[in-house]
Amino acid sequence: MSGIPHDHYEPKTNGEKWLNSRLPIVGLLYDTLMIPTPKNLNWWWIWGIVLAFCLALQIVTGIILVMHYTPHVDLAFASIEHIMRNVNGGYFIRYLHMNGASLFFVAVYIHIFRGLFYGSYKAPREITWIVGMLIYLMMMGTAFMGYVLPWGQMSFWGATVITGLFGAIPFVGDAIQTWLLGGPAVDNATLNRFFSLHYLLPFIIAALVVVHIWAFHTTGNNNPTGVEVRRGSKDEAKKDTLPFWPYFVIKDLFALAVILVVFWAVVGFMPNYLGHPDNYIEANPLVTPAHIVPEWYFLPFYAILRAFTGEVWVVQFASFITGGIVDAKFFGVLAMFGAILAMALAPWLDTSSVRSGKYRPMLKWWFYLLIIDFFALMWLGAMPAEEPYATFSLIASAYWFAYFFVILPILGVIEKPLAQPETIEEDFNAHYGKADADATPAE
Amino acid sequence: MFKKLAIGAAFALALTPAASIAAGGGEQHIEDFAFSFEGPFGTWDQHQLQRGLQIYTEVCAACHGLQYVPLRDLEALGYSEEEVIAYAAGNFEVFDPELDDFRPAIPTDHFPANTGVGAPDLSLMAKARAGFHGPYGLGINQLVKGMGGAEYIASLLHGYTGHEKEEAGTVLYENTAFPGGWISMAPPLADEQVEFADGHSNTVEHMAEDVAAFLMWAAEPKLTDRKNAGFVGVIFLTVLSVLLYLVNKRLWAPHKGKLRKED
Repeated sequence: MSGIPHDHYEPKTNGEKWLNSRLPIVGLLYDTLMIPTPKNLNWWWIWGIVLAFCLALQIVTGIILVMHYTPHVDLAFASIEHIMRNVNGGYFIRYLHMNGASLFFVAVYIHIFRGLFYGSYKAPREITWIVGMLIYLMMMGTAFMGYVLPWGQMSFWGATVITGLFGAIPFVGDAIQTWLLGGPAVDNATLNRFFSLHYLLPFIIAALVVVHIWAFHTTGNNNPTGVEVRRGSKDEAKKDTLPFWPYFVIKDLFALAVILVVFWAVVGFMPNYLGHPDNYIEANPLVTPAHIVPEWYFLPFYAILRAFTGEVWVVQFASFITGGIVDAKFFGVLAMFGAILAMALAPWLDTSSVRSGKYRPMLKWWFYLLIIDFFALMWLGAMPAEEPYATFSLIASAYWFAYFFVILPILGVIEKPLAQPETIEEDFNAHYGKADADATPAE
Repeated sequence: MFKKLAIGAAFALALTPAASIAAGGGEQHIEDFAFSFEGPFGTWDQHQLQRGLQIYTEVCAACHGLQYVPLRDLEALGYSEEEVIAYAAGNFEVFDPELDDFRPAIPTDHFPANTGVGAPDLSLMAKARAGFHGPYGLGINQLVKGMGGAEYIASLLHGYTGHEKEEAGTVLYENTAFPGGWISMAPPLADEQVEFADGHSNTVEHMAEDVAAFLMWAAEPKLTDRKNAGFVGVIFLTVLSVLLYLVNKRLWAPHKGKLRKED
């Protein structure tokens, strides 16, 4: 891989040379694992490995669950109970899978907000960012379809509501919705295709993860200062970096272990805390639950979806100029997907020449407000659609869009950035003091 | 730091009274019972589960079913294999397609389902209801008190006020735990309705608690196994974290200046 100059794999024995001239796989693994990594990475950089772990966890537990699960409307709910009661360790595998989805989203949100604060999306890392957003979208699709599989009340009604969003598309909406469901309503055909896709998408995510890693291994990692690694020579690069193995592997594994202590405690002691009790009632198309609430990780965008009702002037205006084609429901759908698209466009909306939020005195505060806004939206998504929550939702949604489409472009022009360190080495030494090159390691 | 905590606590207190009113909707009153199976260290009280089974068999089973619970699982309540065989044969008949007729139940059968209308299956009832909410959708009550499914059941069973009303030909009974306040189930328990072999108290309150505990077991029979696995994992991962912390510290030490000075 190109990028930061470093030592490459040299086959030594005849066997290694034989393999390397035919398939340079050892060299590929070596270069991937030994990639020079900015040595000033802080603890916000550990979530990538947590995400990789989550993907592996979900695939492994998922494959086991599939061995005992039956995708049929009459049998799905009972087969989950079979897993919970009769399969050896089934209750734990299932709770791991259930809560694994939550850990996955905790990690991805922190990972995304880390990127937003430290400007990891900026040139030359736009492809990494875009691929990351695709992974996030696919995760949402996978999680949504997975939630339908137990065939509880919330599974069924969640699927009905969310596929109904596609029905809001003008002219072709109904046809698309029927095509997605495999019929006029959520039924066996829907359950079967969701099961099929729920099994497929994680492997596409895995492939995209490889592309994601490939992209940032080409550009090199961003780091808390946003200052690039010096690439003039190997020696220069070595002053700014340490190899991924063992330094960052061990650091990341330590962080992962701490996070897993909490995760394991949740699975062991309160596995249903993040779920909804209604999903322990078998799906019944004739009984609508009092509140249809999506899983917590969808709530911020669910709040944006619901915020734009027919009473909002922007919605009325959009409806007026499109001759009624864009109605309130479709506007809400556009807003929800637009909120995610806004994040994806960040590399082109941010006009600042400074990468890291550490050196952007104004962005910092707007960013903290965005975090608060995100939690506010999450909370509002769980609240009933009535006052005062409706107004709050509208304000919070407006800020989300304002951050990306107004604040990011303007700040780059009016903000006076602080002085950045010259090099990563300088930043590192400012934190930890300069290591004495002559001293031997403590022993 | 302390100031922040104090402000946070004051804020939480300020919210609480309003929240408890807002969360209920229909002025639901759910009592927070101290069940033996609550918390990370909680385990079943086998005597309570046995009493609960007796109440279920003599009272609830008349209308409700437990279709997902295999009778063989009753051995977990402390019964011998023979006792389970006798219980199954003595209490339930199941339809056998091979005989094309009903026969006495055997341990490999499940509890019968309720084939009539109205009364819901109780296999998962303790997980399908939440006793505690909020405040304000923040999930703090569930975190502190638990989801409260068993509390909901127990509160419902002795939440009858004695008032009745007729609506569209159905008699509804006022109940302080039921959402909306009016339930179509007649008060199922009365004092001294069930006689326990060990002479345990059989007031409505105590029986409600016992049967709620039994239904929690029916919904989550692997609860104690799960907690054990939780402890093994938490302890293992904690030790692993400490080891990795030490490895990490040693690994990075030569590259960091501060640690150098302490040598």
